[in-house]
Amino acid sequence: MPTRTYAGKTVEVNEEGFMLNPADWTKEIAVEIAKEEGIETLTDAHWKVIEYCRQVGVSSGKAPTLRTITTGAGVPTKELFTLFPKGPAKKVARIAGLGKPEGCV
Amino acid sequence: MKKLLILGAGTAGTMVANRLNRMLNMNEWQMTLVDQDPLHHYQAGYLFIPFGTYSRNDVIQPKAKYIPSRARLIQSKIESIEPDHNRVHLTNGDVLDYDYLIIATGTDIHPEETPGLGEHEWGRTIHNFYTLDGAVALADKLRNWQGGRLVVNVVDNPIKCPVAPLEFLMLADSYFRKRGMRERVELVYVTPLSGAFTKPVASKLLGDLLERKHIIVEPDFYIERADPDAKKIVSYDEREVEYDLLVTVPLNKGADVIGNAGLGDELNYVKVNPYTFLSTQYANVFALGDAANLPTSKAGSVAHYSVDLFSENFLRYIEGKELEENFDGHANCFIESGDGKALLLDFNYKVEPLPGCFPVPLLGPFSLLRESYMNHLGKLGFRWMYWNILMRGLKLPLPATMSLACKRTDLLRPQAEMSA
Repeated sequence: MPTRTYAGKTVEVNEEGFMLNPADWTKEIAVEIAKEEGIETLTDAHWKVIEYCRQVGVSSGKAPTLRTITTGAGVPTKELFTLFPKGPAKKVARIAGLGKPEGCV
Repeated sequence: MKKLLILGAGTAGTMVANRLNRMLNMNEWQMTLVDQDPLHHYQAGYLFIPFGTYSRNDVIQPKAKYIPSRARLIQSKIESIEPDHNRVHLTNGDVLDYDYLIIATGTDIHPEETPGLGEHEWGRTIHNFYTLDGAVALADKLRNWQGGRLVVNVVDNPIKCPVAPLEFLMLADSYFRKRGMRERVELVYVTPLSGAFTKPVASKLLGDLLERKHIIVEPDFYIERADPDAKKIVSYDEREVEYDLLVTVPLNKGADVIGNAGLGDELNYVKVNPYTFLSTQYANVFALGDAANLPTSKAGSVAHYSVDLFSENFLRYIEGKELEENFDGHANCFIESGDGKALLLDFNYKVEPLPGCFPVPLLGPFSLLRESYMNHLGKLGFRWMYWNILMRGLKLPLPATMSLACKRTDLLRPQAEMSA
């Protein structure tokens, strides 16, 4: 199983770079994954979304979908795309140390 | 008499009614079904209508024909569900109380949720094939179309039959080639997913197939609005895709009455235990078929395997025993790829679709994730099985849970565990 080292900690990831064990996650890891995703600085607005996703992800065992985030965290879709360009749900999930959100086969 | 109320007499509702009718002691049970539509639609057939393979009459039958004689079918819309009072109000004024409720109201398209879609160009340059009327109108459109840029756009997931947009494109490729106008048609698939499909192995194989058929994929496109006058769709990150003909798969949602009763998630799908179909909130409410928020495909095959396991579980449950958490998310889908060929996918919650073969008693193995004529025959033959076996509540000789036999498991990659 592939591993990567973030902020001095080695974590298991899948082939797309999503962490396999959400419990291994730390805020320092989030900062480094965000950089890989092209987000240099995580602002309060970013953290609000990340923390919401952590909360949902840890309690339900799966990463929230875009619609869950917009409804649940009260962040408009447009703003999510500004904060996490391209695929916000997928990007936040990776930064938050959760699996890939289910697009439903 | 115990009362079993089933909301929705479509694929899941009809199957479970017939199955339980065979299994329950019907001298002790009163079974009632409610549906607003007197016609049962074979929805898997919609896909073939735009290309003239099937017509309207090939996909409809009277619902009453498939309802067990000892059950009652009420034709009405549902006004409200009151799970705290074990009661359902219908718009015709009836009030039905129940001991057990099965919600099988399915999923429907909502073009009005995306600005510009369901407006003045709906049915003109913007079409869909997720309703019978839509599929018939699209057949007329394609018959007279002179060519141009045909864009298929999925608004958001989950959608009913997630492979249908890919099938539509591959059938369109074959259709326009046969009519000698393929070079005048550009086929584009615009999807919120990062590739042709969610799961890696199938996404790669299906992506290659689309490329061979010169179907362009525009991934990671999350539509914000359509501009019906400028004939373009615009994403949340301001990307634009122009079209001459837009075939949209609008937002899919469950019934409003589910949301109003507080039983649903943000898309009005009933929140259930994914292994037993029991509501997470009420011990006498179940949801089957597309109406449930199962993290697997919204597809008839899922409803079918669900009914197999649910019915036996339900018999245990009414005797006071625990439900067995035995459903694994098993789904299979035929994917029409044009020119009389099709592929077959077989997967569950944990195992993604893999190449290999799918053993079927008597008919012999179907090939998985590879085009074949046999798979196409399977898909066409399925209509007969649907009406004569599945809707009668008879069992197919297939195991309800997925088997790894004959699958290329060496292609599997680690996946995060799913919890209930």
